[in-house]
Amino acid sequence: MNFIKSLSFKNLKRKPGRTIALVLLSAFLAFSVFGGSVVVLSLRNGLKSYEARLGADIVVIPNQARSKGTLDSILLQGIPGYFYMDNAYYEKIKEREGVDIASPQFFLASASSGCCSVPVQIIGFDPETDFSIQPWIQESYKDTISDNDIVVGSNITIPVNKKLTFYDLECDVVSKLSPTGTGLDNAVYANMDTIKQMMQNASDLGFDYFEGTSPDSAVSAVMIKVEDGYSIEDVNNDINIHVRRVTSTPARSMISGIAGGLEGVSGTITVIVVLVWILGIIILIVAFAMISNERTKEFAILRTMGASRKMLSGLLKWESFLIGLAGSVAGVLLASLVIFPFAGIIRNKLDLPYLLPGIGTIILLALGAVIISVGAGLIASRISSSRTVKNETGLILREGA
Amino acid sequence: MKINGKDLSRTYYRRSEGSNIFTAVKDVNIELSPGELLEITGRSGSGKSTVLNMLAGLLTPSSGTVLYDDLDIYGLEDKERSAFRNEHTGVIPQGQTALSSITVLENVLLPARLYNREASEDDAMELLSFVGIEGLKDVYPDQLSGGEMRRLSIARALINRPSVLLADEPTGDLDDENTKVVLSLLRNTADKGTAVLLVTHEEDAREYADRVLKMNGGILKEY
Ligand SMILES: Nc1ncnc2c1ncn2[C@@H]1O[C@H](COP(=O)(O)OP(=O)(O)OP(=O)(O)O)[C@@H](O)[C@H]1O
Ligand SMILES: [Mg+2]
Repeated sequence: MNFIKSLSFKNLKRKPGRTIALVLLSAFLAFSVFGGSVVVLSLRNGLKSYEARLGADIVVIPNQARSKGTLDSILLQGIPGYFYMDNAYYEKIKEREGVDIASPQFFLASASSGCCSVPVQIIGFDPETDFSIQPWIQESYKDTISDNDIVVGSNITIPVNKKLTFYDLECDVVSKLSPTGTGLDNAVYANMDTIKQMMQNASDLGFDYFEGTSPDSAVSAVMIKVEDGYSIEDVNNDINIHVRRVTSTPARSMISGIAGGLEGVSGTITVIVVLVWILGIIILIVAFAMISNERTKEFAILRTMGASRKMLSGLLKWESFLIGLAGSVAGVLLASLVIFPFAGIIRNKLDLPYLLPGIGTIILLALGAVIISVGAGLIASRISSSRTVKNETGLILREGA
Repeated sequence: MKINGKDLSRTYYRRSEGSNIFTAVKDVNIELSPGELLEITGRSGSGKSTVLNMLAGLLTPSSGTVLYDDLDIYGLEDKERSAFRNEHTGVIPQGQTALSSITVLENVLLPARLYNREASEDDAMELLSFVGIEGLKDVYPDQLSGGEMRRLSIARALINRPSVLLADEPTGDLDDENTKVVLSLLRNTADKGTAVLLVTHEEDAREYADRVLKMNGGILKEY
């Protein structure tokens, strides 16, 4: 068999045009299945991490925020924004029946002028009641976040001196968070006292964000955990009915919009990959059939020297294995060159949470893509060459050169 | 090794006005002994290649048997028959039959390498000089002339020291000089004890052959 291997290698080498065409075809297959599965998996991952980061059962925001659609753009796209309601609403919400924990959050968009280092979303939390941001911070930073400390999302570059200034308040960057694949990666996190100071400074600097609310009593959103035994729906409706000028939304329904988008994109990708494969395999079968027809004489010659049918199949098997291997490795590498460096662009285009899977999963996907692409090549070559291999040699050789 | 073709017939399926079954070879009996050079001549289409391929184990007879000594080669499975052919039968098929993706030397060694036989490069070089193309060992076949290609097939057919050599028009498109070279190579091979069958149109071949048979419309007769 060793000789058959080396002969297959020489055959491929001496027919570069044919070999390259087949390698490209199998690269195409591996590219589509690997690329498609990484994107789909990244979307699923993104959704999962978004769900985990949101962490709440219900999110309450002022009515004006809903009409602007700003919550989605802050949390998902990472477009800096702000909206406020008076702390009195928080106090009311907290007291509603079925509310286990209610924690206020504060959103502030940093300005692009001199008072701020970078234009980002700043999100403040109340250390006393917060249940969604602190567990996340804990994954990368064990200490408490003191006043004037900030933690940054994974997309934010930390300056060498580890200091960032927002509304003239210089803060120490103490940690960087793990990526979520959402707009949260573009935000900066601070405790309530710190962000209140920034809000006050902003107001003093003349930024008119607060529309009548006073900065020290302004709240942007309230995250709610529902008490055991209460239904999220009921608590949500109760707040919507009894607390005016705010909109309460179950987190699940915020997610389900995204989940719907994800299903759509995943479906489209799956359809494309399936079409590419159907087309690719048909082309492969036709190509191998044409090639093995062209090689009828070559096979007959090998038979006259005593090559058995099994050896001919072995030769073809090796050739298609080598082609499949080279092609699928190239396809996976090519897909990696597109998917990993351009993850940010893909995320923006899809407008959905997008979080690349871990390296282990990616290696498994790559291996899987190589294996099924090589397998497809082997099957295609077998289907299309079985007739040529079975030919009776004496029938082929009779005509001259 | 002695070959014995007994009552060999072969029909082909061929669309025609009468019957679609065409009998290309009918009741041929043929014996080939070690050291003998047997020539089969005859018009084009008379069935010469059909007989040779049946003797080589490459074309199953419609009826009749092919014996190598006492072994009925069509009683063997493909795998065994292939291995048997590799070991005992050198075949020089009609037409150009070098493999284009390997060099002249690799072509000559191929029958040995297929079964991991011991044949050394020295053996191959010896054969290449026997047929007079040792200088071309590293050339790819697409750079050979017709005559060099023929000589290559002869060397290749001999690499496993077969006891039987079956040559189908080995002088097909060669000039007089090359024809003489190839014919005397076959004569030499027979003189070394190999049983050689030569299928040819060549008038001059008679001088080299021990025995001449003539194929006519599928029937084999003494010349
Ligand atoms: N596969 C086939 N299908 C149909 N007819 C065939 C087939 N092979 C050979 N024949 C016919 O059988 C007859 C004998 O063919 P064969 O090749 O044995 O002739 P040949 O004597 O070797 O001729 P040539 O000198 O031209 O090589 C021819 O009439 C040919 O047309
Ligand atoms: Mg012929």
